[in-house]
Amino acid sequence: MRNAPRSEDIALAIRRRVFEHTMRNNGGYLSQACSAAEQLAFLYNEALTLGPSTMPMIPPPFGGVPSAQNPDYVTGAGYNGPAAPEYDRLFIAPAHYALVAYACLIEVGRMAPEGLEMFNQDGSSVEMIGAEHSPGMEVHNGTLGIGLSTAAGLAWGRKRRGEPGEVCVFMSDGEVQEGQTWEAVQAAAHHEIGNLWALMDVNRQQCDGAMDDVMKVGDIATKLRNFGAVVAEVDAHDLNALRQARATPHDGQPLIILAHSSPTKGMDFLMRRFPRLHYVRFKTAQERDEMNIAIAQELGIDPIVLEDH
Amino acid sequence: MEMVNRPYASAFEAYAVQHPEVLCLSADLTSSCEIDGFRDRHPDQFLSLGMAEQNMLSFAGGLGLAGFRPFIHSFGVFLYRRPYDQLMASIAYPRRKVRLMGFLPGVTTPGGMTHQAIEDISVMRTIPNMTVLEAGDATEVESIVAEADTVDGPVYCRILRGSVPRLFDTPLRIGQMRVLAEGDDVLVVTAGIATEEAMRARAALDAAGVAVRHLHLNTLKPFDAAQIVEHAASVRHGVVTLENHLVAGGIGSMVAEALAEAGLARKLVRLGLQDTYAHGGSRPYLMRYYGLDALSLVHAVERVTGQETGITEEALGAVRVDAVHSAVKAEAL
Repeated sequence: MRNAPRSEDIALAIRRRVFEHTMRNNGGYLSQACSAAEQLAFLYNEALTLGPSTMPMIPPPFGGVPSAQNPDYVTGAGYNGPAAPEYDRLFIAPAHYALVAYACLIEVGRMAPEGLEMFNQDGSSVEMIGAEHSPGMEVHNGTLGIGLSTAAGLAWGRKRRGEPGEVCVFMSDGEVQEGQTWEAVQAAAHHEIGNLWALMDVNRQQCDGAMDDVMKVGDIATKLRNFGAVVAEVDAHDLNALRQARATPHDGQPLIILAHSSPTKGMDFLMRRFPRLHYVRFKTAQERDEMNIAIAQELGIDPIVLEDH
Repeated sequence: MEMVNRPYASAFEAYAVQHPEVLCLSADLTSSCEIDGFRDRHPDQFLSLGMAEQNMLSFAGGLGLAGFRPFIHSFGVFLYRRPYDQLMASIAYPRRKVRLMGFLPGVTTPGGMTHQAIEDISVMRTIPNMTVLEAGDATEVESIVAEADTVDGPVYCRILRGSVPRLFDTPLRIGQMRVLAEGDDVLVVTAGIATEEAMRARAALDAAGVAVRHLHLNTLKPFDAAQIVEHAASVRHGVVTLENHLVAGGIGSMVAEALAEAGLARKLVRLGLQDTYAHGGSRPYLMRYYGLDALSLVHAVERVTGQETGITEEALGAVRVDAVHSAVKAEAL
């Protein structure tokens, strides 16, 4: 019998896979793999109680949007297992982390590697910004700030029904710039929605650059506590710390784990681009080649074999 | 005319207590939306979400995902202006069974621009998966609750509150417009509070020898274009629409689109707010000021027929049931 996979190994595999994809596709959400690899590995490999995937290993093509004329419509939630009362539910709130989330699905055996070949291809469900029909997604979160509210509503409903499964939101720290996030926290606290928890990737980066330059958000932990959440703060790359944080008692209140991460963890070469990390693309072939050699070495793999471009 | 006091309050309570999957959501306008009694008597089925509409709409989407059917209560304007993104992403796209109960439509509020939903129909009817209903009397307010809850997806309802006249004795049925008169001179199409005005104008027009065909719409989406075209084809002179809403995007637009797509050439006069905001004031004052009243409709009919009717305001006053209007006091917030 094989040993259970270690989350540390899954995290490394996520970084390698996202790196390879980014190199081959001449760009990608690479920094998000650096910051979030341990968090997504932790969620899928340890923290969440999920049933086996109900979806094919190779994702079906885009099957149309929800409408009365599309009775066969399904979301991508089946990749996280059935929506049975005993199982947890996961929302990936920052939908641009989709590439990292797909890589994680592959590493935990819920999607075939071929699925990533469909990434951002016309007619594919494996969309660049995760849609609710994309593997592992259940709701649209592409407009940042709506994920926690939706999860709070779902969690309230599950609590009302007496379901043991909880609702988890993977969040990003940029979302605290949105007012809706605070509305969601106050509502979850007011209604004592204790079966809701969130893991927030605090990488202090956003699309325009470092959050401190774009819009300072101050002390997120204190603000969240003042709005009624139970907060734990950890090093996002320390799995033992994540495990301990998850065990934080939060009776009757939402738990939000602030996972302080490095946007270049495991790929220090990316610091050359700082603070332009949101979407890594290459200005020249030389830059791409340099990065290929340097980061491959950091990740302990051979440089990715690239087609001419 | 019978006036019914708070028809929504009693209808919602009677329905909701029979359906435990129905939840009553409020955003700090609980008594203003006539659900204060429900809150007090059925606290387990009531969720206070405070003045935070963005969260409320996404939260309701989550409740829908959990198999509940939330009825969201607020002023109509607060259900789509601020939380439009949440309405799209959390409710409309995934076809959650969320029932958006929009109180104080159009100029039925004295609250001015911030409180008056004057473009809600225009916005809501362009949203894929959305159903749009509007109540025009007490019977429709009473029956809209159960009828809205049959919709397999989200539904937005324009609701009348307070003292509401009873014009109809049969319940609102989705997709079934009411043919209130079958004259063959002019087609008049109305909805909501405009229907009562049109009924007054009709009585005077009848007396003046103008035969009006009058349609009352309670289902604005899906819109029965074919039936509108059929009725428009059966009148001699043309069509007048009257709505408690901007003419752009509302019933005026819907009728124009229907006629154009059918290739039916008919003169069309669209009454309603004409590319303008309204301001705060009483409902009768605002209806007069913005040309949404019976007299404006008479003048529009004259434009369509090209014939003066001689109907005066005094004549319209004579057909009014004065007790109805004296019983309707100016709407408060």
